[in-house]
Amino acid sequence: MYGGGYIHNDDARKEPMQQDDPVMLAEFEARIARGEKIEPRDWMPQAYRKQLVRMIEQHAHSEIIGALPEGTWITRAPGFRRKLALMAKVQDEVGHAQLLYSAAETLGKSREDMINDLINGKSKYSNVFNYPAKTWADVAVIGFLIDAAAIVNQVANSKGSYGPYCRALERICYEESFHLKQGHSVFVYLATGTPVQRQMVQEALNRWWKPIMHFFGPSDTMSQHTEQLMRWKVKMATNDDMRQQFLTMYVPKILELGLTIPDQELKKNPETGKWQFGDPDWNEFFEVIKGNGPCNSERIAVRKAAERNGAWVRAALRKADEHYTIPLA
Amino acid sequence: MKIQSLDPRVNRLALDAANPYENEVLQKEEHFQTYQVFHQKKRGDKHVCVGIVHAPSDEMALVFAKEQYARRGETTNLWVVNTKNVLAMDYDDADVFSTTSEKLYRDPAGFKVNDKIEAYKKSRIDV
Repeated sequence: MYGGGYIHNDDARKEPMQQDDPVMLAEFEARIARGEKIEPRDWMPQAYRKQLVRMIEQHAHSEIIGALPEGTWITRAPGFRRKLALMAKVQDEVGHAQLLYSAAETLGKSREDMINDLINGKSKYSNVFNYPAKTWADVAVIGFLIDAAAIVNQVANSKGSYGPYCRALERICYEESFHLKQGHSVFVYLATGTPVQRQMVQEALNRWWKPIMHFFGPSDTMSQHTEQLMRWKVKMATNDDMRQQFLTMYVPKILELGLTIPDQELKKNPETGKWQFGDPDWNEFFEVIKGNGPCNSERIAVRKAAERNGAWVRAALRKADEHYTIPLA
Repeated sequence: MKIQSLDPRVNRLALDAANPYENEVLQKEEHFQTYQVFHQKKRGDKHVCVGIVHAPSDEMALVFAKEQYARRGETTNLWVVNTKNVLAMDYDDADVFSTTSEKLYRDPAGFKVNDKIEAYKKSRIDV
């Protein structure tokens, strides 16, 4: 799952950056232009390291927090098969967080620092996980459409320039294909079921459409920042392009079931081939990112309780004379 | 006030709703050492490095490796190696691997004898 909407942090601009060695920088850019990957102990510009840590860390946090809204319905999944599938999916998401934290660690930030930054509100994660899963149909919408959106993002990023992130994403994308299928299956069963089930899934779609439109983040085509990140293959497509790709692939799959998308302005412009849509209320998006969404406090509190409740186990298992080594790849 | 969640498991935790962002600090190295994980799909295949796990001991590393890297598909064996025990070269030294045409003596293509054999056979017929 996860992880779109690269959110640029303005704080980053305020911190002074030392100038990178121009010769090293030229070699670095040439390597990326040749399509070669960057590996952990290679020289890299400070801004490249910083942005990657930020992005991979946000992605990892999104996986681990994303397990919470879906986990809401594990205890009440309709039947054993659905329950087993949902448990397996949620376990995968936590596994993805582990893979991504490891990739971020290769850039020099410790896992403890990343988790601390998450639970004290310093690090961000995907906005969509700050909304509640009110019914089983919300699980269907998350599993189908949020995972679909995440796959668009992750497939793009898996072609990026940083070796460890690409390797983690390849494994993640392979596992996500099951998530998408199981989400689609739950979605279709509800949409082709009784009138009450259809209504449930329509209402869940109405609740989630705005967060889904927020998922890829605000328009970033004009930013100079984006240009550099794309040249360094940190970012592989603009937020807008990924949103367009998602709409092209998934709007027909919603409409074929006779469901309604709650945006009257949503249509494909036949001349440009681009989707037009109503303003998804970007103020709400920024409020949720800031921590004021419906579930931000619950998500953080649960995450923190998990760390707190596990502390004695970790302390009991830890050997004081064994020390951490940064992963190799 | 306690957090009211839609998730019964969260309600059972009885979490305090106040001040969710208080600074709870994990200690350095609390999440353990790292291990490189090697995965063998089938008997006869090579073990391939597939990623890492964090674990407090060698045995726990194997348990976590199974959870993380053997959830899907086929696995017949796993190895774990503490990252500190891997001696790795620097990418900066990659020039030591560049071979030149002078290394043809290490290559099967460097040993061509068919011309000799054909010439020899021809000379025998002529006799």
